Amino acid sequence: MTVREVKAARIAEEVARLCMEANFELEDDVQKALEKAHAGEESEAGREVMRQILENSGIARAERMPICQDTGLAVIFVELGQEVHITGGGFEDAVNEGVRKGYTDGYLRKSSLADPVRGGNTGDNTPAVIHLALVPGDSLKLWVVPKGGGSENMSRVAMMKPADGVEGIKKFVVENIRAAGGNPCPPIIVGVGIGGTFERCAFLAKKALLREIGSVHHDPFYAALEKELLGLVNDTGVGPMGLGGRVTALAVHIETAPRHIASFPVAMNVNCHAARHKYIEL
Amino acid sequence: MAEYSLTTPLKDEEIRKLKAGDSVSLTGTVYTARDAAHKRLVDLLDEGKPLPIPLEGQVIYYVGPSPTPPGRAIGSAGPTTSYRMDPYAPRLLDNGLKGMIGKGARNEGVVEAMKRNTAVYFAATGGAAALISRSITAAEVVAYEDLGAEAIRKLTVKNFPLIVAQDCHGANVYEEGQKKYRR
Repeated sequence: MTVREVKAARIAEEVARLCMEANFELEDDVQKALEKAHAGEESEAGREVMRQILENSGIARAERMPICQDTGLAVIFVELGQEVHITGGGFEDAVNEGVRKGYTDGYLRKSSLADPVRGGNTGDNTPAVIHLALVPGDSLKLWVVPKGGGSENMSRVAMMKPADGVEGIKKFVVENIRAAGGNPCPPIIVGVGIGGTFERCAFLAKKALLREIGSVHHDPFYAALEKELLGLVNDTGVGPMGLGGRVTALAVHIETAPRHIASFPVAMNVNCHAARHKYIEL
Repeated sequence: MAEYSLTTPLKDEEIRKLKAGDSVSLTGTVYTARDAAHKRLVDLLDEGKPLPIPLEGQVIYYVGPSPTPPGRAIGSAGPTTSYRMDPYAPRLLDNGLKGMIGKGARNEGVVEAMKRNTAVYFAATGGAAALISRSITAAEVVAYEDLGAEAIRKLTVKNFPLIVAQDCHGANVYEEGQKKYRR
């Protein structure tokens, strides 16, 4: 395989465009899931919330307005083919240049504080949170996933005991969703990471949010667990915006990794109903 | 569930009528404030200094809008999660604040302060930010411009669609609504 060149300026340009598009337009899988939730909701207050969410999605798309004022930190997942040679600048610089341009030109909110304790807005929503994987091949795949604070704040990691098993996972997810109530803007998508180390597990929970809504886990065991968890989460009755109803979550997605014999890390990353993500292959 | 049209500033007799779950269409002036602005307001109260905004009868909306594009009154402007303001809200309620707009449940300290001061907490739909911006006809920064999205803005709203999430009698739409659908 020959080396393929990708210009840094091209990466910046695409990241800028995707930051804007992700914040203006929901992808089809999310839009369809929200429509289905609206149709299936029994609670009157819940249906009204779903109606507003759908009307909002239409306005945002038509008028190129942010779906949510919290346009998030720019989380970027990258699969970089090892045959790709990036020219004309550094990769991280290119991604951050794209975020800077996208958030400025798109009138998106800048929510990044330079110092977590002492504050000071960076003014351009950089730096991006970049998750880079080096893979075989000569393609560069990018997912732009703006992530708001409200749902991120309801995310949790637990270092459970191996003895806690699958029942422990269910209890952890359901109790945290119930406690979160309306805070993370339900109907939510729940990403669950199981296994790995402390940090790998949290990463898996976030990665699980990228999966298309309605897709089924390739392993039948986890496919069944996802289905069961979705049922349990919806049985909490939290409902749209926590006002009570049948639809608390649109989907539960699981990602797993091998774990240490002594550890049983489980993480859940919550996404609000404005589940924004855009993908491109360069 | 009843439906009301209210105009700011809010009066006690209007607030007493509101029950958790009622729909309210709000018109008038609301002030925006989030975490950082709340801290500054409470610091001023602690120092016995005057506040940059009036509180008597007023409503604070927990929002950090996205930047205003040309030709618009404001950018997208949906509610942020309210519990982060719980440490500060009782102080503002004790100083005349009558209404709060946000999303999600409040703690016991806020509930008690709302009861003793006859105040109401409204929920707006989180993530319906482009839709809500249509209810906002004017916006101007009136304090803490250095805070950017978190600055205090004076908003003029017309028919802002809200739900009474927590009334001044202690009832809460979240608990009551969720109980009905829990299995």
